[in-house]
Parts: sequence; C-alpha cells; structure tokens
Amino acid sequence: MKKKHWRALQRAYLVMLFSFLYLPIAVMAVFSFNESKSRSVFTGFTLDWYKSLFSNSMILDALALSLVIAVISAVISTVLGTMAAIGISSMDRRSRLIISNLSYVPIVNPEIITGVSLMLLFVAYQSFAAWANSEMGSAVLPEAIFGWPTLLIAHISFCLPYVIFNVSPKLRQMDVRLYEAALDLGCTPKQAFFKVVLPELMPAILSAFLICITYSIDDFIISYFTCGTLQTLPIAIYSMTRKKVSPEINALSTIMFLAILAIILITNFMDSRQYHKDQQKH
Amino acid sequence: MLQKKSLAGPYLVWMVAFIIAPLLIVGYFALTDAAGNFTLDNLTTIGRYSTVFARSLILAAIATVICLVLAFPVGYFLSRLRASKQHIMQMLVMLPMWMNFLLRTYAWMSLLEKNGIINRVLGLIGLGPFDMINTSGAVVLGMVYNYLPYMILPLYTAMTKIDHSIIEAAQDLGAGMGKIVTRVLIPMSVPGIATGITMVFVPAVSTFIISRMLGGGSNLLIGDLIELQFLGNSYNYNLGSAMSLVLMVIVLLCMSFTTDFGEEGVEGVV
Repeated sequence: MKKKHWRALQRAYLVMLFSFLYLPIAVMAVFSFNESKSRSVFTGFTLDWYKSLFSNSMILDALALSLVIAVISAVISTVLGTMAAIGISSMDRRSRLIISNLSYVPIVNPEIITGVSLMLLFVAYQSFAAWANSEMGSAVLPEAIFGWPTLLIAHISFCLPYVIFNVSPKLRQMDVRLYEAALDLGCTPKQAFFKVVLPELMPAILSAFLICITYSIDDFIISYFTCGTLQTLPIAIYSMTRKKVSPEINALSTIMFLAILAIILITNFMDSRQYHKDQQKH
Repeated sequence: MLQKKSLAGPYLVWMVAFIIAPLLIVGYFALTDAAGNFTLDNLTTIGRYSTVFARSLILAAIATVICLVLAFPVGYFLSRLRASKQHIMQMLVMLPMWMNFLLRTYAWMSLLEKNGIINRVLGLIGLGPFDMINTSGAVVLGMVYNYLPYMILPLYTAMTKIDHSIIEAAQDLGAGMGKIVTRVLIPMSVPGIATGITMVFVPAVSTFIISRMLGGGSNLLIGDLIELQFLGNSYNYNLGSAMSLVLMVIVLLCMSFTTDFGEEGVEGVV
C-alpha cells in the first residue's frame, strides 16, 4: 500500500476511535448548558443547572463525605502500606511471593465480590456483637457499624495493595549503601530512616497516596455494599441517574471532567519541568 | 537493609481480617442454609439461573473481542508515534477512564434513548427511530465504551517493546501487512493481549450497573443477580454467596488462561 494512504488511514482510524471515546462526554458538556430538561434538543443557553447543582445539598454533602473518606483512608493506607513494604523487603523470597499473591486478591477479584464479602463480614460482626452484648447484659461492642467505620475499612482494604505495589519497587531500586553510610556516619537507625530512606521513597509514597485518593473518590461498587445509609459522591450520582432526567448530572460531569483535565495537565507540566531540571543537572 | 519484618505485621493482620476472612465467610454462607446447616442447595439452585450466567459470559466475551479488535490497531499506531506525541495520546486514552463510570454510562443513556440524540440525527436523514436502549446490544456497547482504555493501554505498552527493525525486516523479507500482523505483531504482543483480556473481561462479566442502566429489566447479568440477593428484593445471602463463589471461579478460570502468557514481571513485583 502507498505510504501516504496508509498514514491517512491510520489518522482516520485514530480520529474515529477518539471521537467514540469523547463524543458522549462532549454531548453531556453541551447539554449541561441546555435551557430545557431535554436531553436531545438544544433550546437555549443557561447556567441554571450549575446553579442548582451548587445549591443541591445532597450532592454537596456527598462530595464532602467522599473527600473526607478519601483523605483519611489514603493517609492510613499509605502509612500502613509503606511500613509493610519496608517489612516485606527484608523477608525471604518465599514469604514475599506469598504476600504478593495475597495483595493481588483484592486487585484481581471483581469489585462486586470484594463489596459483598465485606458486607457479609460486617453483618456477621453485627450479629456477633448483638449476641455478645446480650450475653454480657451491657452494650460493650458497638452494634450499628454500617456507615463511617465500614466505609473506611472497605476503602483502606482496597487501597492498601496499591501502596505496596508502588513503594516496593522503589525500595528495591534504592541503594542500600546510602542507609549503611548514614549509619557509619553516626546516624541512629531511626535518624537514618527519616533522613535518608524516607526522602528517597517520597516520590513513590506520594504517588501511592494520590492513587489511593483517586480510587477512593471514584469507587462506587464496594462503597455501595458497605455504606449503610451514607452517600458518597458516586452513590449520590447513582441515585440521580435512577431518576432518569436530571440535567444537573451533565453539569457535574462537565465540572469533573474539567477538574481531571486540569489535574492531568498540571502534573504533566510539573513532570516535564522536573525532567528538564534533571537533564540540566547531568 | 532495614531488618524490620515486624513492620509488615499490621498490613498482614489487616489483609487477613478484611480480605481473606470475608472471602471465607462468602464460602461459609454459600454452603449453608438460613439456619446455618450445611447444604449444597444454594449451588444447585444456581442452575435455574443458567441463562443469566450464559448471557453474562457471552456479552462479556463479545465486548472483550470487540475491545481487542478496536484496540489492537490503536496500540500499534500509538507505539509508532514520536515519543512526545505518544505521551499526549496516552493521556487522551486515559482521560475518559478517570471520569466516574456512572457518568460515562449515563451519557450513553441519553444518547441511545428512544428520542435521544442518535435517533434525532438519524431522523434528519429519514432513518429510524431505532430501539437501541434496553437491548443487549446497548449493554455490550456500554461495556466496550467503559473498558476500551483498559485494553488499549496494555497493548500499547507491549507494542512499544517491539523494535521497528523487526517489522522492517519482515517487510524486506516480503511479508505483507496481514503477515506482519499475524506473524510478528500478535505473537510479540501476547502479554499485552492477555492483560487486556483480563482487564476487560473481569469487570464486564461482573458488572451490574451497565446492564441496569443500558439493558433495562430484560438483560439481567450475574452482577445484577448477586446485587438483588444482598440489597435488592430477593434478599438471600446464602444464594448470593453461592453466586459470588461461582463468579469467582469463572474469573479464576479466565485468569488461569491469560496469566500463563502475562506472567513475566509479576514475580518481581513485591
């Protein structure tokens, strides 16, 4: 085939595929400015849906809950996961392999099964707590745990493995001699850890933290089974889609898309600046 | 370096308590009745739902194949671009993935409905209206749309490792485009294909949102059945657990087919 035609064909294919990926998002963005509730006829420009979105307390509460849950669970997962990565790195090959397989379970398992299994665990705990409390004649164990505790446990559980898989490779790349040199130069192991090892791991820890935040905010399925009556943002979105027509969703999607776009552009920009800096150094 | 194995302790306790124990509880519920006595009834009852299981498997398989066919050229084209362009394109593939999948699926609801945009546009040229939403086709479309990036990215990664001189050598030796694809590109991107298949098939076969939003009531999938047992009207933890168990086996079977090829690099991860 002629090279020129081949190029054109390639380009046409990529354009088609990317329009498939972006058309639905574009349509939502356009209709977020639509005056009428129609999802197919554009009748006139308005910002009303954005206004009503920002006065919709259900959405705002859900957003706040999602953010708080994300930050708490990301902090806990990052700390626990980093500790674990360091502990695992000093184990022998066999135990490492076993733990690696254990960490793969929540990543590989369908989310619905992780959600359902956690729900069953919490239900089982509740009936155990009820039984124990009646045996002892006083309410020692908390019984109604669905809500904050269950959501946090669930989110930490599915975030933890990602921290391990982010920090462990960095730990392996690290030069052991740095740590030993710090000890030789009179650092206590604690100082050596905080002044040498931790700064070295920081980029990996930070990216693990960000991954946890995004997964936590984005998660619907596992939260759906473990949230009780609380509503995280995805769950609020789900209840809105059940009502069929609510143009506020379009406005919300547009805002979220722009936020994601901004985050990606900023991180990209920072990466490339870092890259240029590194190039100049060498 | 740091001889502190005990640091992994809290993590291990956590994983056993909240990942392993819950799965064992699923197994326990699956093999008992409401009173807690051992029974296999739950597993045999599933036979009644074999059409739902078959539908899930078939729709997920169709979606996976479509994703593979659509993504393969994309992975190849992207891997042959200049490095700076590759980076931008990769971002473009990932961007929709970052949108919440409920919103993405909702977007298709408004495109596909009876007086939705697609039918309006087709109406302008005198076609339709077509029944698109609440069909199994719409469910497959939703799966393809949601999971296509998960197929593109591993394929692209695998293909960036193919040295262009190998393709040129094949051309020099007289291979046509078809031969290059079947004899060079496909064999050399097998790890990417395997990863992509798992990453599309597993969420597709276990979804309950896509089928509910785009499939109407007539396209129940395994995920919907399980959800109904736990939070819906059917409300039967034991049956739901048995279904989850079967779903897990299906996923494990699928994985055992694909990880044979994708195993490289997995071992060194931790």
